[in-house]
Amino acid sequence: MDFVMNFPFFSIMICMLAALSTFMLGRRAAAAVAKIALALTLVLSVILTVYTHGTGESFVYMMGHFPAPWGNEIRAGELEGVMAIFTCVIALLSLIAGKHSIRTQVDDTKQNLYYLITCLMEASLLALIYTNDIFTGYVFIEINTIAGCGLIMIKNSGRSIAAAIRYMVVSLVGSGLFLIGTTLLYSITGHLLMQNINESVAVLAADGSYSVTLTIITALMTVGLAIKSGLFPFHLWIPDAYAISVMPSSAMLSGMVSKGYIFLLIKLIYRVIGFDVYKSTGVFDLIFIAGIVAMIMGSVAAIRTGFLRRMTAYSSVSQIGYIFMGIGIANSLGAVAAIFHIITHGLTKSLLFIASSSFTGNKEDIKVSDLKGLGHKYPVSAATFTAAALSIIGFPLFAGFIAKMLLANASFDCGWRMYAAIGAIAVSTILNVVYFFKCIINLYAFGGFEEEKKSEGEEATKAAAGDCGISVSEAPTKCEKTLHGICATVLAIINLYIGLAPGLLSDIITKGLNVFD
Amino acid sequence: MNILMMILLTVLIICAVVVSFIKSLTASVIVFGSFSLVVAVIWMLLESPDLAITEAAVGAGVTGLLFYATLKKIGSIKDANKKEKKVLYRVFRITAGLLIVMLAAALIFCMFDLPGLFSPDHPGENVVAERYIESGIEETGAVNFVAGMILDYRAFDTFGESNVLFAATICVMVLLLVQNRGKKEDLPESKEYYEDLKDEKEIEPKIIKNDVILKTVAKVAVPFILMFGLYVILNGHLSPGGGFSGGAIVGSGFILASVAFGFDRMERFLNKKSAGIITFVSLLVYCLAKSYSFFTGANHLESGIPLGTPGAILSSGLILILNICVGLVVACTMYSFFSLMRRGKI
Amino acid sequence: MWEQIYNHFNDIVAAILFVIGFSNLLFQKNLIKKIIGLNIMDVAIYLLLASQGYISGRLAPILSGGSENAATYINPIPSGLVLTGIVVSVSVTALMLSMTIRLYRKYKTLDLDEILIKVRKEKDNKEES
Repeated sequence: MDFVMNFPFFSIMICMLAALSTFMLGRRAAAAVAKIALALTLVLSVILTVYTHGTGESFVYMMGHFPAPWGNEIRAGELEGVMAIFTCVIALLSLIAGKHSIRTQVDDTKQNLYYLITCLMEASLLALIYTNDIFTGYVFIEINTIAGCGLIMIKNSGRSIAAAIRYMVVSLVGSGLFLIGTTLLYSITGHLLMQNINESVAVLAADGSYSVTLTIITALMTVGLAIKSGLFPFHLWIPDAYAISVMPSSAMLSGMVSKGYIFLLIKLIYRVIGFDVYKSTGVFDLIFIAGIVAMIMGSVAAIRTGFLRRMTAYSSVSQIGYIFMGIGIANSLGAVAAIFHIITHGLTKSLLFIASSSFTGNKEDIKVSDLKGLGHKYPVSAATFTAAALSIIGFPLFAGFIAKMLLANASFDCGWRMYAAIGAIAVSTILNVVYFFKCIINLYAFGGFEEEKKSEGEEATKAAAGDCGISVSEAPTKCEKTLHGICATVLAIINLYIGLAPGLLSDIITKGLNVFD
Repeated sequence: MNILMMILLTVLIICAVVVSFIKSLTASVIVFGSFSLVVAVIWMLLESPDLAITEAAVGAGVTGLLFYATLKKIGSIKDANKKEKKVLYRVFRITAGLLIVMLAAALIFCMFDLPGLFSPDHPGENVVAERYIESGIEETGAVNFVAGMILDYRAFDTFGESNVLFAATICVMVLLLVQNRGKKEDLPESKEYYEDLKDEKEIEPKIIKNDVILKTVAKVAVPFILMFGLYVILNGHLSPGGGFSGGAIVGSGFILASVAFGFDRMERFLNKKSAGIITFVSLLVYCLAKSYSFFTGANHLESGIPLGTPGAILSSGLILILNICVGLVVACTMYSFFSLMRRGKI
Repeated sequence: MWEQIYNHFNDIVAAILFVIGFSNLLFQKNLIKKIIGLNIMDVAIYLLLASQGYISGRLAPILSGGSENAATYINPIPSGLVLTGIVVSVSVTALMLSMTIRLYRKYKTLDLDEILIKVRKEKDNKEES
């Protein structure tokens, strides 16, 4: 056994240990520990991906002294490696870029807890990605839910707690449905390990017994995961949660947390229920239609709201619709496109939140019209924001374009799905153009700039005089600004790279999905 | 299936319906407590003493206490039911009601389709369960097969579970912990929080200091509760219970002591610092021990941990240590939940 | 029909409890009631799960009489899973209750709809000032 095979386990445990040690540390040390742990995990995941890409196979790793149906086990392949890299990148960059937001918006004595929650979140996401056992999946879903709640309410204001409790209620409904689905699946198959369930379900489906029950189970588990990832009719918590929490929380929640559940859903389809059985239940149609409605309704809501961060949040709703639509196309190309879009959307949306944080500062409600001229004041942020917006719209050169291409491509020869998918992509793209161009035009508009400059001068004098209002420490330091700029640029470059050379990523995803079942 | 179980299950449904419709919150919490107690008896009838002891300690015990602490904080107001007259709202309600009926129909249909209950032909009775019992003692050294299963065979799940508890503790601390403020200026958001706290001084727990009955009962009961909790923790691999249920019992003993004798006296040995250190050290030991066993297991190395004689108190390798760690964490956590809810500090 | 019900009595009770808990969690406006609903929902799932493990006439999964025969004891897997589940429920309950306490302090009500209305008002006031 190669030593590299230990890496999935190491990365989970490093994050757990980092979470534990930040509990006893001060805020600076905690920040350092969390970032080092995430960076280490990133390195391990990269090595793992290179290794599995080389062998072209996946492997299982025993968690303990007992082999699979008895003990727990985790499984890693190329696809898992890429997902792990992607979550680590987003968590790490959001934390670095959000240093200022965390410092000024989170209570001093509780900042180490923020890093703790982030590490726990990363650990649980990694476990969700690697897990090969459905009950382990449930336990780590719960950690993820609680950590997500912590990320939302870390500001400790009434509004953020109200947003968090809404999120919790919706999420708990989702977990309940998922758990009862798992229980029913256990009672008809007698197994919890994904592979064993898959075999038993295949036998049951061949017999024709339990066909209706299997459909109900599949629907329950799918709806549970869809609720947790914020698919259209269940998206009501998203705008509040993303708009009110601190910036790194929004970036992580939209970028990786909701994506973890979708990845688990893909595992459910391919590894637990089995693609053919899943297809025969007809739940794909449900996902497909919900995805299309989400694409349109999310964009419409984004246009109607005037606030920048709420708009970005609604845009997330519509992009999650794209991903579900990709899964709902019900072929392997669709799944590849969906996973590709999980990654591109995660990178793009976190970039949008990171970049827009320089325009919004610490305020929750900034209107799009307030952005006038800010592009001249924050050139880096404005440029990266524009890049991200173009990527979401699906402008060629950017990763979002490739994702939309793959989605459209996957829907060919799928009967009515083709027309619906391509029509929805077209309509949603036009709507995206409407609201993102409004932002970009406002950003680069002339006129507001002079005013801004003046008020900035005033602020500076105020701060110098030690007048209260805005204390000196509220403004970002030079170092924080530079780091913020670097993070945004890195994300934009990754985005551009995927857009220009999508071959490697789509190749890894396709190969990874092939060894999935 | 016996008549007693059927009666108890019917009582469960009645309790659940009553809880949903009763107006007073205190009453609904009390009914919910009895609901949990009935569930504990049902676990006993289903031959799962581990679950029964956990449900009695956690569901009927600590959860109830947490509900009471909350009600005390909010002054147990009535559930005011206002009539909504918006058309859209009514449409939403009716649609939701239909969906619920559909869910109920689907689930009940599923239940009829499930394999017959209580029969040896159940799909769950397969090689997996067989090995847990037939080789359990040899491989884990635990006489209680459930303990062997959750702390050795499926230890990763259980490790995740203790992290759920840890994550929840952290979130509760973020929400409710009031720190001693230094010179540093408060943030506007948290300032708002401390101001909220100020006008609460009146509701601040007026611990019933003069209640003789409570004090006398506590003096007698607390040592027994703590002893029983410790017994349950230390015998987790031999008899029903284990770290979690024992920890919850110890924690509820602490809660009783703090209510009877005042938080100040508890604070002498269980304060933020000591609770933090105990939690940290136990979780660290847990994490390192399990990492060691996962690593050696996956790399096919000998773990070198002696399993001892099955049935002896010092046996079954890591299970005893893990039970102690979990017990300590849970005891501290349960007490901190209560203390944080009552007065904003540990 | 009656025999079916008799054979699946535990399952059906679990389904009914699940639906009761589920609707309480979703539709009760009062936060405390919502949390109780959550607990009822969880207990329903555990009841379903634990019933799958029981086999009539067998013993609790603790070594008794030195018998290591699998046919002597009930299935230990559901018990283990339910134990894990109970921990998860109590953690989530504690978290929800603390959020309830904070929201009550701030908005002086337990009605989630009312809280959301007040939050919106607060936001509008901020904008005006």
